[in-house]
Amino acid sequence: MKVRDIVAALEGILLTGEDMLDVDIEAACGADLMSDVMAFVKENVVLLTGLVNPQSIRTADLMDIRVVVFVRGKMPPKDMIAEAQRNGMAVIATKYSMFLACGRLYEAGIRGGGTREIR
Amino acid sequence: MKLCYDVPGADLSLAGKASAEVKRALGRLGVDPGAIKRTAVAMYEAEMNMVIHGGGGVATAELSPDRVVITMADRGPGIPDLELAMREGYSTAPAWIREMGFGAGMGLPNMERNADELHIDSTPGKGTTVTIVVNLGGVAQK
Repeated sequence: MKVRDIVAALEGILLTGEDMLDVDIEAACGADLMSDVMAFVKENVVLLTGLVNPQSIRTADLMDIRVVVFVRGKMPPKDMIAEAQRNGMAVIATKYSMFLACGRLYEAGIRGGGTREIR
Repeated sequence: MKLCYDVPGADLSLAGKASAEVKRALGRLGVDPGAIKRTAVAMYEAEMNMVIHGGGGVATAELSPDRVVITMADRGPGIPDLELAMREGYSTAPAWIREMGFGAGMGLPNMERNADELHIDSTPGKGTTVTIVVNLGGVAQK
């Protein structure tokens, strides 16, 4: 699925990353705890999060995540958008909750996201 | 090549910058992307711990032809029970840290998972030094 399809499925606003609109994304990760993102993510994912602070952008950058969606109508401040822009990322804001945003992306065709053994 | 950073304590807005700079430096030097990611994740977790628990400190990254060695030395209270701290899900982070997206009790396990060698030298009351070794061309994430 292309980034432009993600924006459409989430009825989102693209805050930066117009040059990323035709990038293909096959998997997604929804999380508010960034250590979980680091423990879990192995693929080229879109990160959905309600965590609006610089750590979400920094974690995404470290994990080579190029698309970040802020759920629940949260709007990141300008300095966060600027940091994402410097890192070459796309940032999307959506009115949908985490549950609905993940559901809409699943329904639209994103199936990857991985599993992790219970330990 | 050796890089050195002062990591300020209790300022989460700056936390992670040293790790991001090391990641970029290793990328510019053409280091294997898998090794870069493992180094970046392990160092970032250590840097967050240094800011949250350690009151800040000094981070160094040394690159040699066969490995990257990250050393994170803080001035904090030390880790009283290391075995407990290594357990997934165990955290002593306060609620406000969880609100910032950390304190899930995954930091040290994430470091162990990504490092080829992890050494933790902690003295209660004096501080903790974490040494992370990532072999270039080493194993994939465990």
